[in-house]
Amino acid sequence: MLFKNHGIIERNSMILLIGILLVVSIGGIVQIAPLFRIEQTIEKVEGVRPYTPLELAGRGVYIREGCYTCHSQMIRPLRDEIERYGHYSLAAESMYDHPFQWGSKRTGPDLARVGGRYSDAWHVQHLINPRSVVPESIMPPYAFLEGREIGIKDVVDKHLVAQTRVGVPYTQAAIDNAKDDLMAQADPNADSEGLQARYGGKVTVRDFDGDPSKVTEMDALVAYLQVLGTMVDFKSYEPTKAENLR
Amino acid sequence: MSDNIPKDDITGVETTGHSWDGITELNNPLPRWWVLTFYACIAWAVVYWVAMPAWPTLSGHTKGLLGLSDRQQVDQEVAKLVNSRAPMFAQLQATPIEMVSKNKELFQFAQESGRVAFAQNCSTCHGAGGQGAKGFPSLVDDVWLWDGSIQGIRSTLQTGIRTDHPETRFSQMPAFGRDKLLEPQQIADVTQYVLTLSRQPADAKAAARGASVFAANCVACHGAEGKGDPTQGAPNLTDKEWLYGGSAQDITTQINLGRGGVMPTMSQRLDPATLDALAIYVHSLGGGT
Repeated sequence: MLFKNHGIIERNSMILLIGILLVVSIGGIVQIAPLFRIEQTIEKVEGVRPYTPLELAGRGVYIREGCYTCHSQMIRPLRDEIERYGHYSLAAESMYDHPFQWGSKRTGPDLARVGGRYSDAWHVQHLINPRSVVPESIMPPYAFLEGREIGIKDVVDKHLVAQTRVGVPYTQAAIDNAKDDLMAQADPNADSEGLQARYGGKVTVRDFDGDPSKVTEMDALVAYLQVLGTMVDFKSYEPTKAENLR
Repeated sequence: MSDNIPKDDITGVETTGHSWDGITELNNPLPRWWVLTFYACIAWAVVYWVAMPAWPTLSGHTKGLLGLSDRQQVDQEVAKLVNSRAPMFAQLQATPIEMVSKNKELFQFAQESGRVAFAQNCSTCHGAGGQGAKGFPSLVDDVWLWDGSIQGIRSTLQTGIRTDHPETRFSQMPAFGRDKLLEPQQIADVTQYVLTLSRQPADAKAAARGASVFAANCVACHGAEGKGDPTQGAPNLTDKEWLYGGSAQDITTQINLGRGGVMPTMSQRLDPATLDALAIYVHSLGGGT
């Protein structure tokens, strides 16, 4: 019996070492092997694209300010969540999120489909002083975002490139034109043809924070919030198709 | 292993054979209940692998004998919910929206569905009770920027205000200050004039100068008497209700910036019957006309 002869393993360090390696590698394979096949878990959907430079900058602000500590971005496949937030989140919707913002803690509401739900002015007002529009809110104010210009150099020189390193398919043209694209998205009077050619016609071009004189972190964060959950074309998505079932 | 395992004299339990300063360690077996629970868990895991979706395979994953899928289940549950509401929603859609209040049961259903939809979709901007906030219209009074009839509210829900919907309601107050359409002095004067419209204390001389500025720049939308025009979303300036505040400073800021809010197109988010229910609910909060 293995149990009776356990002493052999315990008394011979080499046998014990080999045994430990065996057991640990089983645990490792179980965790790591599925990651090599992650492509299979991502639904094939229309519409999901990498973030524009402005949205990516906003995503950076979102992470920097720790929004994820109170807001999840994951609508679970449960009836009540779908009733409240909309269609459950798909894996495809966060395939360009590095790192993903799913989360499981909701001090505030889920934001996976907050895009388009409220006006830009509401987001700006709410970020400046949450209680001026939602009296019962306990969210801290982020008024300073309005006065901070985006670290354009970081976004343009580093963030897009970093994203390509982890597999986000930014083209060389997207990287080269990142600065123009970023500025164009926040200025309704700018020529946004290149931006739309690279990121699709659905990209919203607006002055997000109501101050056209400069591109601030408020612009970026609102641009990011307004695109959340709006990319997938659900008209062409069949939720009950066998390959989409989980 | 050797057969002569030393036993503790007092308890009669085997020892591990280790001894420190004459103190030996008892080798008590694990409690039976614990061991049994442990084996039961392992057995349950095997049952689970077989019954439920579990192991990755080269082309996907094992589906399990029960063939369960979270997404399929939730799909059925949502369908069940939709079906349970369907008869009333169908009746709601078949009834002309103004006539719903005549049918007590239907009206109550519309009110309740509207209340829930309002809490989820509208209260964030318009307030939990529809009271509004600075920049976000109050829905509980009878002052309406646009048509406040039940049909008018339904139409606003359908198209939104200042959205990319082709039939969106749209109005734009010029940013007289920011875009340098008026001199700062003219803006100060017309501010005083606008104060007089709502019978607030104002500088009479400046107001007199402002009257001509108002006549030249503002009457096209706000009307000669400043009573506004709900067909083009121009607010009435003679009442006590102000979207961006009614103090001299608030009025000056608005003339400077010409702000205008965006109401999202709710028809992209909610189905027509829910929009009907919402319109009926909002109208009951404080509909105009």
